[in-house]
Amino acid sequence: MLELKNVYKTFNPGTVNEKRALNGVNLTLNEGDFVTVIGSNGAGKSTVLNAIAGVWPIDSGSILIDGQDVTGLPEYKRAKFLGRVFQDPMTGTAATMQIQENMALAKRRGARRTLRVGITKKEQAEFKELLRGLDLGLEDRMTAKVGLLSGGQRQALTLLMATLQKPKLLLLDEHTAALDPKTAEKVLNTTDTIIRENGLTAFMVTHNMKDAIAHGNRLIMMNEGRIILDVGGEEKKRLTMRDLLDKFAELSGSSIQSDKVLLA
Amino acid sequence: MDFLLSFVKSLPGAFGQGLAWGLMAIGVYLTYKILDLADLTVDGSLATGGAVCALLITMGYNPWLALAAAILAGMAAGFITGFLHTVCGIPAILSGILTQLALYSLNLRIMALEDVLKMGEAAAKTKATLALNVDRNPLLVSSRFIRELSARNPLLLLTIIVAVVIGLMYWFFGTELGCSIRATGANAGMARAQGINTNKNKVLGLVVSNGLVALSGALLAQYSGSATIDMGRGAIVIGLAAVIIGEVLLDKLFRNFALKLLASVIGAIIYYVVITLVLRLGLESTDLKLLTALVVAIFLTVPYWKERYFTKTKKEVKTDA
Repeated sequence: MLELKNVYKTFNPGTVNEKRALNGVNLTLNEGDFVTVIGSNGAGKSTVLNAIAGVWPIDSGSILIDGQDVTGLPEYKRAKFLGRVFQDPMTGTAATMQIQENMALAKRRGARRTLRVGITKKEQAEFKELLRGLDLGLEDRMTAKVGLLSGGQRQALTLLMATLQKPKLLLLDEHTAALDPKTAEKVLNTTDTIIRENGLTAFMVTHNMKDAIAHGNRLIMMNEGRIILDVGGEEKKRLTMRDLLDKFAELSGSSIQSDKVLLA
Repeated sequence: MDFLLSFVKSLPGAFGQGLAWGLMAIGVYLTYKILDLADLTVDGSLATGGAVCALLITMGYNPWLALAAAILAGMAAGFITGFLHTVCGIPAILSGILTQLALYSLNLRIMALEDVLKMGEAAAKTKATLALNVDRNPLLVSSRFIRELSARNPLLLLTIIVAVVIGLMYWFFGTELGCSIRATGANAGMARAQGINTNKNKVLGLVVSNGLVALSGALLAQYSGSATIDMGRGAIVIGLAAVIIGEVLLDKLFRNFALKLLASVIGAIIYYVVITLVLRLGLESTDLKLLTALVVAIFLTVPYWKERYFTKTKKEVKTDA
């Protein structure tokens, strides 16, 4: 489904701010995989995700989605394959446009934008049903501007939008990090439901080790631009916090106890 | 009393100017409000619209054809700015300035084109004014009939054209393509994540906007009886003034997109009514640029200060509670 081969990326090369963000990343995701990705700040978690999404070109290596080489494709062309939810709730939606307009835009991801009407009556009914499923009362506010919604509502909406057009791969970039714990849990549950019901392949970056253990069928740990741990199947199911901390200390050569963020 | 009478008498003229500039204001609304770009091409493309239209009319072409050609010329100007911005990576504001500057030279050439074609080498290669005469040329709108109660009163056709343009824009920005342009301006990152080619959309927005600006210039040239090289000088500020006046006065009232465009046209009319008033009060017409700049500065300042003041009081309430 997704293949990363020897992906390298350095930011600000040749300057004092030079940062080797990806240091030869190799990864293969199978259809239906729900991978959670952890690692300390600057480990390259979000960078991998942005490399897949095509936010900027990579220095070397190749990226294949569903067998197709997308390494040279610009971000908007890769969007055809990808559903995305971002850390900042503001990023995934257009604040000055209506809820239903945002959804209509997402529904046409990967399609040519023509001079047909931007949102049909049929779609309005369809969107209303889908919003009802979120159980946030948004089905009665279809024409409200998205800017009026709370962070949690916006993330739930973005999640729904990412799957209106079934993506080959769903990219979740710490999408609950900016939310309060209760809302975060709700959005995570919605995430689980949506991934399960649509049988999606998903790549979820998180800061929260507990979430990384509790969700998905596979777990990846990153450090200094490399994948240092990749567990799946039964092993992942048995994984505990303790195991992860030990593994991290063993593999990265440093103690994770000093890294507050990972424990958050 | 005399003053009032002469002011009232000059009102139809203010409405005529306001309507013609209203089209220009709609163009500015599209870039400034929808695409979130400050496009300075308009100072040049307005004059280009006037020049192309006046040229074709003096050469004996149908005035409607002249309008269409003016629109196309404006669209081409918008395309150049878009190209400089998206393909060459030049900041939008500078791209607009570059196109505007280039158009200055081009407009001088356009206005001399008929003479050059007719007289060849002997003719002047550039021309700063191209006069139109309603007695000799078949003009669609002319300020001469502004107080006449007949079908040739320019207010009639101008109103129809404004209504058609607003209708067209309302339709266009409701289509899939139009929605994707709005998304591009609202949140470019989100738009790209939804598979929208934001660069293409920016160019498209600039093309449509400058087409409208050139249409405005073409109508203004006919209305006032000449195209001149500096008819677009400061046009962006007048357009902004119209958009901002319309927004400040009517934003609460007008929610619908078509009405928001109408608000810009009304803003342009109000602007010209005010201008007419201060001219009657004894200001020179050359003082208008100063006045316009002041008006725009004030109208941009007020909402900003209001918001600052407003948020401050809100915070205070919070800490009290």
